[in-house]
Amino acid sequence: MQKLKKCSYYLIFATIHDVLKAEKRLKEKGLAIELMPIPRNLSSDCGSCIRLDDEIESAMACMGGIKVEKRYMFDGKEYIALNLEQGCEPPSASS
Amino acid sequence: MIYLDNSATSHPKPPQTMRYMVDFVTNVGGNPGRSGHTASVEAARIIFRAREKLASLIKAPDSERIIFTQNGTDSLNLAILGILGEADHVITTSMEHNSVMRPLTYLQNTRKVQVSIADCAPHGELDPERIKGLIKKNTKAVIINHGSNVTGGLQDLRGIRAATEGLFLIVDACQTIGSFPIDVVGDRIDALCFSCHKSLYGVQGLGAVYLREGVTPIPLRFGGTGSRSESIEQPTILPDCYESGTPNTPGIASLLGGLTFIEETGIGKIMEKEGALMKALRAGLEDTGQTTIYGAQGSAPPIPVLSFNIKGKLPSEVGYELNKRGIYVRVGLHCSPEAHRTIGTFPHGAVRVSPGYFTGESDIAAFIEAVREIAET
Repeated sequence: MQKLKKCSYYLIFATIHDVLKAEKRLKEKGLAIELMPIPRNLSSDCGSCIRLDDEIESAMACMGGIKVEKRYMFDGKEYIALNLEQGCEPPSASS
Repeated sequence: MIYLDNSATSHPKPPQTMRYMVDFVTNVGGNPGRSGHTASVEAARIIFRAREKLASLIKAPDSERIIFTQNGTDSLNLAILGILGEADHVITTSMEHNSVMRPLTYLQNTRKVQVSIADCAPHGELDPERIKGLIKKNTKAVIINHGSNVTGGLQDLRGIRAATEGLFLIVDACQTIGSFPIDVVGDRIDALCFSCHKSLYGVQGLGAVYLREGVTPIPLRFGGTGSRSESIEQPTILPDCYESGTPNTPGIASLLGGLTFIEETGIGKIMEKEGALMKALRAGLEDTGQTTIYGAQGSAPPIPVLSFNIKGKLPSEVGYELNKRGIYVRVGLHCSPEAHRTIGTFPHGAVRVSPGYFTGESDIAAFIEAVREIAET
């Protein structure tokens, strides 16, 4: 199993079309990203999601027009849902 | 063999068509968007790229609004059956293909949809004012064949749009896309329906439809999309909403090859070459002094489609004689009885000749020679 870096981020989209549109845009922006199967505990969907190790703010800034359905932070142990309305910090970090 | 039936399907295809399709089947092979593994993602990437290229070709602002279908007819069925409801009124023209006329007849019989047909001139052109005069309170949509599969004549989309403000404009672009520039934003088209195996050079069994934002026909098919798998309700998100079931990925890969060919060649060069062939074709047919050419007179059709008859001969006889000489054209009614009524060739139809980018000047010369020979026997 691939070893995940601490504090990686996961962007989940409704369709594979949106995943690939986001991938194209993030790569054009020069961000280091990777497509990977959606972790089973995050969604019952059968497609892919985008993982990035950092620069979540930059990534979100170039998502105009592409709907990110859900966003998670992985802290090495568990996936923490990030509130899409309240910036990119997990609830624990912002409180 | 001289293949002059590119309006039915283009042949030969550019090498890119085969290369992309074979590469998909040989080296990729996954079911797009169904799993997170590389083969599945690569398959989805091929579809994504084809969608992006199609969007760019027709100047669509967002590629998610390009929906893949089985063929041009399937695209028209989605737009027509999905948009028109009980007792709506729709206007179409007397130059339409049965891919429009049959769904409309079905709707007349089953949903009490009222259909008005705007008469085109005997050469096939529509005066937009004729449509304007047919608009009623319950008129919902207008359906127009952009380029005739019989005469090769074009309709004035902008003029028609201006005369039909507020109505859904559904355009059949099967004969024009790839051979003539299309701008869905500039022409304010609501649904652009087309096949992908003619001048887009994909293989048969693939079509697409562009839906303007806010145009949401009822889907023709419901089922698995690889998305929202937890729900038994059809997703409403595009393009998945309209693409249930495993898509024709090998066909879409072939289309990506065809679109790559168009990009590399340039639509300007394609038009220039096809235009020169059509000019030679028209001049050669006129020169025989034995033919009646249909459609607008005085110049060659703007797309590579032309119909004619040899005086005193049935189109079927001419087709038979041409086939014996290894020349392939399509004779008869071309699934467009209304168009043939309009140009005065019903019920026997005409001989349709449709060159393509890969047709040579010598092919046209050989064709003209054969027509001359058949006319004299």
